[in-house]
Amino acid sequence: MSAVGVGLPEVVAAIMVLALNAYALTGGADFGGGVWDLLARGPGREAQRALIAEQIAPIWEANHVWLILVVVMLFTAFPAAFAALGIVLHIPLTLMLLGIVARGSSFVFRSYGAHDDASQRRWGRVFAVASVVTPLVLGMIVGAIVSGEAGAAAARVPTSPGAVAPSYVSVYVSPWLAPFPLALGVLALAMFAFLAAVYLGVREPALRDAFRRRALWSAAAMFVAAFGALGVAGMTTPHVVGGLTAGGALVLQLAIAASALAAIWALYERRWRFARVAAAAQVSLILWGWVLVQAPFVLPPTLTIRNAAAPRATLELLVGALAAGAVILLPALVYLFRTFAAERRVR
Amino acid sequence: MTDLLAARTQMAISLGFHIVFAEIGIAMPLMMVLAEWRWRRTGERAYLDLARRWSKGTAVLFAVGAVSGTVLSFELGLLWPGFMRYAGPLIGMPFSLEGFAFFLEAIFLGIYLYGWERVGARAHLAAGVVVAVSGAASAVFVVMVNAWMNTPTGFTLDPSGGFATIDPVTAMRSPAAFQQALHMLLAAYAATGMAVAGVHALMLLRGAARDFHRRALTIALLVGAPAAVLQPLSGDVSARVVATTQPVKLAALEGQWATERGAPLRIGGLPDAVREETRWALEIPYGLSLLAFHDPSAEVKGLRSVAPADRPPVAVVHLAFQAMVALGSALALVALWTAWSAWRRREMPEQRMLLRALVLVAPFGFLATEAGWIVTEVGRQPWVVQGLMRTSAAVTPMPGLVVPMLLFILLYLGLGAIVVMLIASLVRETARSAA
Repeated sequence: MSAVGVGLPEVVAAIMVLALNAYALTGGADFGGGVWDLLARGPGREAQRALIAEQIAPIWEANHVWLILVVVMLFTAFPAAFAALGIVLHIPLTLMLLGIVARGSSFVFRSYGAHDDASQRRWGRVFAVASVVTPLVLGMIVGAIVSGEAGAAAARVPTSPGAVAPSYVSVYVSPWLAPFPLALGVLALAMFAFLAAVYLGVREPALRDAFRRRALWSAAAMFVAAFGALGVAGMTTPHVVGGLTAGGALVLQLAIAASALAAIWALYERRWRFARVAAAAQVSLILWGWVLVQAPFVLPPTLTIRNAAAPRATLELLVGALAAGAVILLPALVYLFRTFAAERRVR
Repeated sequence: MTDLLAARTQMAISLGFHIVFAEIGIAMPLMMVLAEWRWRRTGERAYLDLARRWSKGTAVLFAVGAVSGTVLSFELGLLWPGFMRYAGPLIGMPFSLEGFAFFLEAIFLGIYLYGWERVGARAHLAAGVVVAVSGAASAVFVVMVNAWMNTPTGFTLDPSGGFATIDPVTAMRSPAAFQQALHMLLAAYAATGMAVAGVHALMLLRGAARDFHRRALTIALLVGAPAAVLQPLSGDVSARVVATTQPVKLAALEGQWATERGAPLRIGGLPDAVREETRWALEIPYGLSLLAFHDPSAEVKGLRSVAPADRPPVAVVHLAFQAMVALGSALALVALWTAWSAWRRREMPEQRMLLRALVLVAPFGFLATEAGWIVTEVGRQPWVVQGLMRTSAAVTPMPGLVVPMLLFILLYLGLGAIVVMLIASLVRETARSAA
């Protein structure tokens, strides 16, 4: 990370990451819920699915808006980065959109459609599969960005009609369909599943044992995916590893390790509320680790927070609007979560 | 099919799909709130049933609207990166505000739909009001962006054609912003209100639970009918703004080829781009000059005033415009008829002729909306930003766009069919249980 002062573009970038963080902790966990719907097993299978649906139903649409807010901030404040991502990551972004549409609509079709077993199973299956595919693709998109491959491909896109075009695959496929992005896809999936298992365990005492096992398994999966990603990065994108072991990042690494251990200890000791805090901290720290590796780039290796930023007039207004919006939004969100937060009583 | 045409088709399909759900998302919450408010005031159980049944349908339709809206926010970059790189800083403001409005909408819809037993009576009703208001605000903000594309303001240009200075606040108040937002909001209330009225009119014709459906019909008409009656007036305001700010669009929607004083209004007819004339139209002398400028001798610019490469596809625009006006007028007439009967009888009229007419015009509002979007979007071609950026300069360089286009066409056809079946089954369920 180079020593650039903190100005308006950095402030907007930081708010964007905060919004992304909120999306990971809320919208991400909703996808994780879908993973546990898919993997529901044993005699308590239907009870697990019912709990997942009940937890997600009132909040998933609000949680989902964080992603829209991130996109809007990206194209308002860093339009060049948004344009470049739209071009080179067209395919995975489209796949993610298909996943988002399939997940959301199948969820309401299952809730409000015919109650016969066949339709319930069909929509449940679409919901669950889309909940697995979407985070996977989202992680791959992040992988393509952080590795610098997406940015490099964007620089290869011919700007004039007469120019020699590089191969389709090298621009539109290989930046994201590669081992490192895949490893990050698995990591994102494991993270979201981990969050969901912990949240669901907090909510329903009767299903705690089941979700405790699931949370511990997904913590293990996160561990494997994270080190797998590091290993792959060591072979293919050494600068990512370099960024992760530099001074400031090392402190963050330790914090991630500490929160991971705390979450696992809390799960082991069945201290659910503490586990929830530790799990959220762990996922957030991993996200900020990504940011630290990538700063000061919005889209490495060329577009930085500074050189991709919109004019000052836009950034000032945006920060003003975000601040004013937050004053209304945050209390509303607290109200939403309070309204639906009541812990289920032991039956 | 060229990549540009594929991208335009995908965007058109995505917008055309989303706009129906967006309109429903604006108007249904208002109707739910009115029903709940009547229940709290009168204690009549039918109103509570109504609020609950309507909210079931709204839950499904809102979700589909939310995900298809997400698709659009990404498609701006997937299909039109050139446009976003160019205009993002100028039009990001209303999009950001829309983001917040949509956030509030989603939060309080969650509370409204799932909070009947969890929050107090007043809080519940208030949550519904927030959903209704922020839904309308979302629409206004999004339409502001489209208005800017039609009448761009809030910048100075440097010699290369880029923006030298920008003023995003002025960009939000572009000349078309007010009338387009008004036209869109009225369209949402008219289309949704009259469509819901049509459904309940059909139930009344079939003799299902009269008390329930009469109340439903009354509320739906209270929302839909005034908007349907006001919409032609708002259309007049729109047309006059288009006449001064986008004369070529006006010429396309009227099939006006020559620049002339005292231009006639053409009803029907088919514009022929090769022969540069509009044939088989019923021409009302001085009509267009009168309507567009409120002056029978006003000069109306014709399509020939610009090079053929700068003209939109005239036939499509003209036909879509005729369709929009015809459908909207039919809707307004039925709304007026209903209002007149209701006023004469001092109660909700239930004569079968009127109910049948309401059933017939039920889809007209949504069809008119689609036609209206074709008018405003195709009518602006070949520009994505009127006079500043061509659509062909905005499109992504990625080849093979026909594939995602087909994917989204299939997705939305399937999704549309499922939603229609699901809503139909919810209506049938209502008919059964309320009977």
